[in-house]
Amino acid sequence: MVRHEPPRAVDTGARALGSAEIVGHVSRVLLIEDDRAVRTGLELALTRQGHAVDAAETGEQGLELLRATPPDVVVLDLMLPGMDGFEICRRIRTDGDLPIIMLTARNDDMDVVAGLEAGADDYVVKPVQPRVLEARIRAVLRRTGGGPANVGPPPVERHGDLTIDRAALMVSKHGEPVGLAPTELRLLLELSATPGRVLSRQQLLELVWEHDYLGDSRLVDACVQRLRAKIEDDSAAPVYIQTVRGFGYRFGPL
Amino acid sequence: MNSVNPAARFLGGARSLRTRLLVAFALLGVSTAALVAGVDYVQARDIILQKAQDTAVLTITERIETLPPLGDLPPSQATLDEIAGRLSGRDDTAVAVYRDRRSVGRLDPDTLPRELRRAVGEGIVVWQRVSMNGRPVLVIGTQLRLGRPGRPAQPPGGSALPPGPATQPSELEIYSVRSLEPEQQSIARLATRAWLTGAVALVFAVLLAVLAGRGVLEPVRELRRATNRLGEGDLTARAQIRGTDELADVARTFNNTAETLERHVGDLRRMEAEARRFVADVSHELRTPLAAMTAVTDVLDDEAQRLPGDAGRAARLVSGETHKLTRLVNDLIEVSRFDTGTATLALDDVDVAEAIRATLRARGWSDRVRTDLPQGVVARLDPRRLDVIIANLVSNALRHGAPPVSVRTHVRPDRLDIEVGDGGPGLAPDVLPHVFNRFYKADTARARSEGSGLGLAIARENARLHGGDLTAANRPAGGAVFTVHLPRPGSEPGDTR
Repeated sequence: MVRHEPPRAVDTGARALGSAEIVGHVSRVLLIEDDRAVRTGLELALTRQGHAVDAAETGEQGLELLRATPPDVVVLDLMLPGMDGFEICRRIRTDGDLPIIMLTARNDDMDVVAGLEAGADDYVVKPVQPRVLEARIRAVLRRTGGGPANVGPPPVERHGDLTIDRAALMVSKHGEPVGLAPTELRLLLELSATPGRVLSRQQLLELVWEHDYLGDSRLVDACVQRLRAKIEDDSAAPVYIQTVRGFGYRFGPL
Repeated sequence: MNSVNPAARFLGGARSLRTRLLVAFALLGVSTAALVAGVDYVQARDIILQKAQDTAVLTITERIETLPPLGDLPPSQATLDEIAGRLSGRDDTAVAVYRDRRSVGRLDPDTLPRELRRAVGEGIVVWQRVSMNGRPVLVIGTQLRLGRPGRPAQPPGGSALPPGPATQPSELEIYSVRSLEPEQQSIARLATRAWLTGAVALVFAVLLAVLAGRGVLEPVRELRRATNRLGEGDLTARAQIRGTDELADVARTFNNTAETLERHVGDLRRMEAEARRFVADVSHELRTPLAAMTAVTDVLDDEAQRLPGDAGRAARLVSGETHKLTRLVNDLIEVSRFDTGTATLALDDVDVAEAIRATLRARGWSDRVRTDLPQGVVARLDPRRLDVIIANLVSNALRHGAPPVSVRTHVRPDRLDIEVGDGGPGLAPDVLPHVFNRFYKADTARARSEGSGLGLAIARENARLHGGDLTAANRPAGGAVFTVHLPRPGSEPGDTR
């Protein structure tokens, strides 16, 4: 267990520019990766990006660290000895809404789908360029704070049995709060901001995941599935998040 | 002219072995039966006719011997009638003729064959089978001779011997006509029996042929089934071996061959799979250290500015080459995924124009590439793979071709064509067939370029994974053009999002 603190003062101009956005708030990243070299390299890179990095070699170690010093985001290798990444994903999800970014060796196999189903918010393919990982971390962190940029609709909306409080970032159904992961919440907020309007998967990837181009539409599909499981009466016959075949998804009409 | 006889040609040309067997057996059966029955028939007929003839000649000779001595010539009508009467019997009728007179009776000598009469007139004893009123008859003709009264000119059996000196012809001719109908009937019965024998033989031959055919054809059919299965790629196909004959030998040989083939193909496949797995494993093994190296390239890039001289250049070199190596390993992994058949499509409805623009934008090529992309064309594609195809083609055109590089889409009724062209000299004819080969370098002097050498191969594999293809050609106006053909099932050109 190694702990790297971010560089303190603004020591170079170049780096200050990169970290400008999170000045005043050092985000804590929990990195779970079994390969020593990759772990060290990513630690180094993330630390230089201005994050506080906790690095763990195994899943068990990672969960321990997670309890000791709760991070803002988890970067998780799927292929781990002992407890694998999917199991860790599920455990983190049952405990709370911590954002998770998976590290995967391949980008078009079952691992990605399984990881997304286990509750991961996003994924990157190894070898990953530090600035790509950094962009994904920032995007997922942005989802945890603040509502969508367009401030139009009233802070509290009712859609059928569903109540969405955009100011408090709370969703409740029949008055009961619904626990949503940040990405799920963000997806629901984006879709419900324009009820009845169809958003394509690529649009949603740009809005929610901030992928600038050609994101993996499986991210959207997996997240929609998880969201439906939480807010729909019957996930097989969704009312709130409807699929428009050939186009994308739409909130309502109820 | 070739000398093959028609029967052999017929047998050889007959479609199936079964037909040939049937025809051969039938021919054999019928010809044997025909030969046996025919020889039998001819012999029996000759014997019957010979016997009838002998009897008739003997009878008439005996009767002539009983005649009273011939009186003066010419004989009176009464004498002629009497002679005719004495010579006629139950089965035969005789007529006595002397020059232009004859005995009274139904038998008219003018109806007898002229040659016969001439021969008798010359003193020869003659018999001939003729048809009278449609009935077969035997006619015997002779001349009574003077001298020893009543002796016929010749003993029966001889026909053309000159008459002996003891007697001389009397010009009194005797004709005896005897019906051969009973004999004819016997012969007809014989013929019928011969035909029947033939027919029975034919039926037997056909039956035998069918039985033999089944015995021979069943193994042949079994062999054909096995061969077909083998031909269709089922290397486990084996023929069932029955009996110990030559066909069983053939089946055994076939099975041995198939077994050897299966073993060899199995070995080859195993070796190929091992080779592919090796490439995949190597690529994946390379990936982990590369992941660590890639993670720190930014650190190297940052620090390189501050490192003195050589150290800075070395740091930049390591960083740059790490990126290239990453690209190469990623491409290798991509290729090995196609080779092992594990590449899959993640289909989505893609606005083609928008996707192509995004690809160009993301790589900073928007200003260097001309586009002609009709709006609102939606196709069901794997967007990541479309990006790979377009990025590889455009990157290739920018590196090896000359401006202007252009991307155009053409919507066809059943497919979508995406053309990536450039304004360069085009592809040399000897390069064109190899342009999609892995690590193919058109210019050997330029040993290494920016690309991995796998880009075009990967682009084509991606197009094919969609059920489409990628082709390379030169435009008449100059410049190379790569065309991606992608099928568009169920999509209409007017589709919009």
